[in-house]
Amino acid sequence: MTVNGGRLEAEVADRTLLVHFLREVAGLTATNVGCDTSSCGACTVLLDGQSVKSCTVLAAQADGHQITTLEGLASDGEMHPVQRAFHAEHGLQCGFCTPGMVMAAVSLLAEQPHPTEQQVRTGLEGNLCRCTGYHNIVRAVLTAAGHREGQAGR
Amino acid sequence: MIPAPFTYQRAGSVDEALALAAAGGDDAKFLAGGHSLLPLMKLRLAVPATLVDIGRLCELSFIRDDGDQIAVGALTSHHDVATSGLLATELPLLAHAAGVVGDPQIRHRGTIGGSLAHADPAADLPAVMLAADATLVTRSPGGSREIPAGEFFRGLFETALRPAELLTEIRFRKAAGTGWSFQKFTKRAIDWAIVGVAVQGGKVALVNMGQTPLRAIAVEWALAAGAAPAEAAVHAAEGTSPVADINADRPYREHLARVLVARGLAEAHAAG
Repeated sequence: MTVNGGRLEAEVADRTLLVHFLREVAGLTATNVGCDTSSCGACTVLLDGQSVKSCTVLAAQADGHQITTLEGLASDGEMHPVQRAFHAEHGLQCGFCTPGMVMAAVSLLAEQPHPTEQQVRTGLEGNLCRCTGYHNIVRAVLTAAGHREGQAGR
Repeated sequence: MIPAPFTYQRAGSVDEALALAAAGGDDAKFLAGGHSLLPLMKLRLAVPATLVDIGRLCELSFIRDDGDQIAVGALTSHHDVATSGLLATELPLLAHAAGVVGDPQIRHRGTIGGSLAHADPAADLPAVMLAADATLVTRSPGGSREIPAGEFFRGLFETALRPAELLTEIRFRKAAGTGWSFQKFTKRAIDWAIVGVAVQGGKVALVNMGQTPLRAIAVEWALAAGAAPAEAAVHAAEGTSPVADINADRPYREHLARVLVARGLAEAHAAG
């Protein structure tokens, strides 16, 4: 498969989950295993540009597809606009859900570039923040969408 | 959590998928989006020996205008159903219900055919099939057949599908301009419905009020006899046998069914 733009080939057991492939074979550990039951969204990555929960995808199903993890968002040392907005708006508390939140937000903004606050909240309903830090997360996504006068532009 | 060991096989065509499933016998399962099957496998509640991945059979992913009908390929994702302009016009009940399945990530992977073949009584789309009076089209090594939605759901996670029989397409009559509604009550946004209701014209179907999705026949009769929506909704729990579980006991579900049917009928009435 292609992971963050680079080709990655490996032989793995048939039952290997994508999240384990990314963490243990590709060594990309930003993607977290949270609930492991496709509820919490901490393992969210992009598969061909769409958010998916990588704990509920077999590595074999992703064979030949494009996978993007949090590590693949920044380019040339510059954070992705969504990353910058999470930084500027303090869209995190403990940080465990953050990689999944950012990936879900990137997918959401690709589908709805100018969401309302309500659309952001429903668009992120597949991601849980156990710290309940939702207000700043929503604010960060709106900032990334250019809806708010944030300092996301640095 | 990881699933018990199994053999993964990828089908390049429908015929190959059928042959692989037939060779695997009772221990083979088709894998589409995997968002019902893989969670069960991780919990070891399902332990198939062989998974036949049909996820690349693009010919099963389509939404097609077919005269007075609409055909939806079984492998069409909930996301694609939810965002279809054709369905928004001709069968908004289905587009809307697909848009509230699970969450965005689940809708990107989960498929309409997978949800129906899995036949979880708490799933949203099986009840939509009953309300929309859909026809399910299957292929097996022996040929093709059509199964009315009312005959497809046989029990808890049990359908009319035989081993090595693949759901390929779902057909609907166009329903532009008729009243519809989809009501779903959950504690958290992404949970399964504690109770759900699908209304299409004079048909009313219930989510999670028994071992299978159910038509609320007593409500439909009352409507046909001229009852007002609020009067008809009183009959919503008749003939149902909802489970008692961590979310709700039986009287609570029966009450919810009456409330949600009343809301659904009122909304459908206003829209129709």
